Amino acid sequence: MTEMTAELPPGRRVRLSLDRDGIIKRIFMGVIALYLVAALALPLYAMLSKSFVTYGFDLARYEFQVSDETGTVWSEPVTAEALNAELGSVPADDLRSSSDGRLTATTFFPDFSFRSPVKYRMRGTTDDAPWLVGLDLKNTTDWQEYDSNTFRRINLRPVKSVGAQNYVEYFSNPTLFSSIQNSLYIAVVSTVLTVVFAFGFAYAINRSCMPFKGAFRMIAMMPILVPSLLPGIALIYLFGNQGMMKSLLMGQSIYGPLGIVIGSVFFTFPHALIIISTALSIADQRQYEAAESLRASKWRTFWTVTIPGARYGLISAAFVTFTLVITDFGLPKVIGGQYNVLAIDIYKQVIGQQNFEMGAVVSVILLIPAVVAFLVDRQVQKKQVSLLSARSVPYQPRPDRRLEALCLAWCGTMAVFIVGIIAICQYAALIRFWPYDLSLSLKNYAFDRMDGGGWAAYWNSIKLALMTAGIGTVVIFTGAYMVEKIDGFKTGRGLFQFLAMLPMAVPGMVLGLAYIFFFNNPANPLHFIYGTMIILVISTVTHFYTVGHLTALTALKQIDAEFEPVASSLRQPFYKLFARVTVPVCLPAILDISIYLFVNAMTTVSAVVFIYSTHTALASIAVLNMDDAGDIAPAAAMGMMIFYTNAGARILHALASRRILNRTQAWRLR
Amino acid sequence: MIKAKTLVPALAAAAMLSGAAYAETELTVYTAVEAEDLARYAETFNQDHPDIKINWVRDSTGVITAKLLAEKNNPQADVVWGLAATSLLVLKTEGMLEPYAPSGLDALDPRFRDADNPPSWVGMDAWVAAICFNTVEGEKLGLTAPTSWADLTKPEYAGHVVMPNPASSGTGFLDVSSWLQMFGEEKGWEYMDALHANIGAYTHSGSKPCKMAAAGETVIGVSFAFRGAKSKAEGAPIDIIVPSEGIGWDMESTAIVAGTANAEAAQTLVDWSITPKAMEMYNVGYAVVAIPGIAKPVEFFPEGITEAMIDNDFEWAANNRSAILEEWTKRYDTKSEPKG
Repeated sequence: MTEMTAELPPGRRVRLSLDRDGIIKRIFMGVIALYLVAALALPLYAMLSKSFVTYGFDLARYEFQVSDETGTVWSEPVTAEALNAELGSVPADDLRSSSDGRLTATTFFPDFSFRSPVKYRMRGTTDDAPWLVGLDLKNTTDWQEYDSNTFRRINLRPVKSVGAQNYVEYFSNPTLFSSIQNSLYIAVVSTVLTVVFAFGFAYAINRSCMPFKGAFRMIAMMPILVPSLLPGIALIYLFGNQGMMKSLLMGQSIYGPLGIVIGSVFFTFPHALIIISTALSIADQRQYEAAESLRASKWRTFWTVTIPGARYGLISAAFVTFTLVITDFGLPKVIGGQYNVLAIDIYKQVIGQQNFEMGAVVSVILLIPAVVAFLVDRQVQKKQVSLLSARSVPYQPRPDRRLEALCLAWCGTMAVFIVGIIAICQYAALIRFWPYDLSLSLKNYAFDRMDGGGWAAYWNSIKLALMTAGIGTVVIFTGAYMVEKIDGFKTGRGLFQFLAMLPMAVPGMVLGLAYIFFFNNPANPLHFIYGTMIILVISTVTHFYTVGHLTALTALKQIDAEFEPVASSLRQPFYKLFARVTVPVCLPAILDISIYLFVNAMTTVSAVVFIYSTHTALASIAVLNMDDAGDIAPAAAMGMMIFYTNAGARILHALASRRILNRTQAWRLR
Repeated sequence: MIKAKTLVPALAAAAMLSGAAYAETELTVYTAVEAEDLARYAETFNQDHPDIKINWVRDSTGVITAKLLAEKNNPQADVVWGLAATSLLVLKTEGMLEPYAPSGLDALDPRFRDADNPPSWVGMDAWVAAICFNTVEGEKLGLTAPTSWADLTKPEYAGHVVMPNPASSGTGFLDVSSWLQMFGEEKGWEYMDALHANIGAYTHSGSKPCKMAAAGETVIGVSFAFRGAKSKAEGAPIDIIVPSEGIGWDMESTAIVAGTANAEAAQTLVDWSITPKAMEMYNVGYAVVAIPGIAKPVEFFPEGITEAMIDNDFEWAANNRSAILEEWTKRYDTKSEPKG
């Protein structure tokens, strides 16, 4: 209807009057937008502000008096600031600190001796002037008296303020700074390798007459079903110091960049493959015929026709891989050795040193490459124009013995690599005590005897995956429907689109850390969800929102926009149309969204590592924690449990899809 | 869940007002005790106090400490039972612990309690540093077992030593702070410089080096005796070595979280946590407990641990932790090229 009014000759401005449907749709969209604001925008804001919280010693807040040797005559009160100005004992740089900083009070008294009978008094000049006597916290504006031997145990504590100091400190710390280089290096190398491998694989599947395509396609998707740290565990068994094939590395250590890159190629391969495969699946036969009639060599045709045709897919795949690698945390944790990367730094700062502020700073840094990659990718996507016109002739690969042999070799190698990694994990999980007792046993499945949460963690994961799939699908699909099928309200829709695309650019760990800052604030009315399963569901749904949203939009765009006006002219409320037409037509997409959410909820580590609690421990976290404690075989066992669960879910999904397709999608066939 | 949590204190208060005599109290207890011991601890406690139900919240030392600090303004825990004293000291400096003198306090070894009166925390058992040495891999490589910390810097061990990163592991910090105390600041850092040359990897957790040694992934793991004894019991070919210079240690300890609504039950738990019965319970896994004379030898535990424990200055360690970690990170954490 809007389209019609827009085409009228200019006259009185027509205002769309909202009918009841319009209002209900706006309310729905508003609710889901509110969800995205609360689950994404506000936490990120909380994290950003946390990164600007700094700690420093404010010397003006402390006042001292010193007695003479009899302990009765006292000097005039003097602030530490004045003392420091006089003595210059603490340079301004050293007054900056972290939340755990200490500054010894005797610094300001060069004549101090703990044996002296001189006494000291101190007090705060404001209400917030914390200091420690030994380990006792004092914070008072009343004078406190100490003898010399006690006074030497006095430490000033830093106070909170706001500023960019954390960032200054970050960039002047060579350790932390080198992580940026390491992260970029790993991400670039892994991206190049993954894209090359995936391109060859996709080429073989789409452009050759190679046999076993179905099997290869299935094997290529396997890495999606396991947590990203599982390949790390397999690599330890293969190439670790007691590895089965250690000699292949010729003295190189698997712990470090080498291991991270191999593992990254494994877990990003299917993601890159899907994108490149889509790009290669569409081609115009006529271009190849033209190239042939121009006597272009195959090699030349490949570079002038095939690659340009797939270039958007390649760029997109590269950015997706890059983002996945640079934000991944599990793999460097397991096999990174001493190789520091950004994601590990966040973990070390938060879990190891309880330095939440610095964790927030690194998170903000980690957001930058992810956001840049995301923006570039969006630009590229916009430029992508249709390759197929109505006159195109779909490309049909011709049999070519040599090409097929080459393709088979390429895909076979990748398939051995993927299946090998997973098989090694299963084998390792069944070994009693690698490498000294190779008998088989189920002892590594006694998860209740290890760190990480035991079997309860596994059942929690299933619960989380089901809840994420159920709730997430409803929220995501409804949101996409409202934004797609609503009339007018351009600004609101634009804003909603932006919010729905944002999660793609936010690394899971960053989101999780942001949740600590936002939800673990007693002043927050939503505080009650902290530590429960609900916060894990919200975090997971939000983290994986974008892909589901895009899937839903694609499906919804296939439905003719005329349905709504027709239904409305028949005086049918939109929800009837939604239930009777939209949902059944989009069922395949809805099922795809739910299995996507299920599988990712089972495998994600990064989105939940900061916010799980003892009662909501998860299988993927258990893998991480068992490996951390050195229980590598049980970690592999739990990883395989995740694999089998996801594989089972995928099979169920395939069966259900087929049945539903038969029942509801008959209209697609004519 | 949270709703229930806020309800419990309210109900408890209501029960007290109405004079109901026997209401079951639930205590939220934060702990870093090994997962497999938790059920046993709760059971033994409930033999004497069936009316107090323990809801465990368990995670590794670092995570639990981070969690407690994060909840500083709105504590969820009633009691901390089984957390490193070093961590409790951090909480104490934040004013998060409720001082309480449990009955039976005088029986404790004075090292196993907060020196203040009343103490903010009391110890349970000691958890001591040790070296795990894989005899099979050692023989393959022709290495002899080290007997002291100084031995670890011998060139022949290059790349074969794994120790926990003190910035993320309590055990790692315990090692570093003990070296600085035993050798003095300057010599301590010199020692770590030399040791660094031999380190194959710094791990995130304190038990991992010993498990790596147990699996032959490394030859020498700097870890703690408790872990070594467990791995040895599982059949790992390792020797657990107590270095001759002395060993750093920390203790698992107990404290009441300030602001708890269940003060009475919390005190009951802390009272019980230092009874001889509790000590016997800790003794199943730990060779040194807080009341002297109770502990029986634990299988596979090396001899002479009590004598080797250094005079650990926890206050010094806690107040210098941040500075030590900063220095350590600056010196050794930049190592970007890993070694085998």
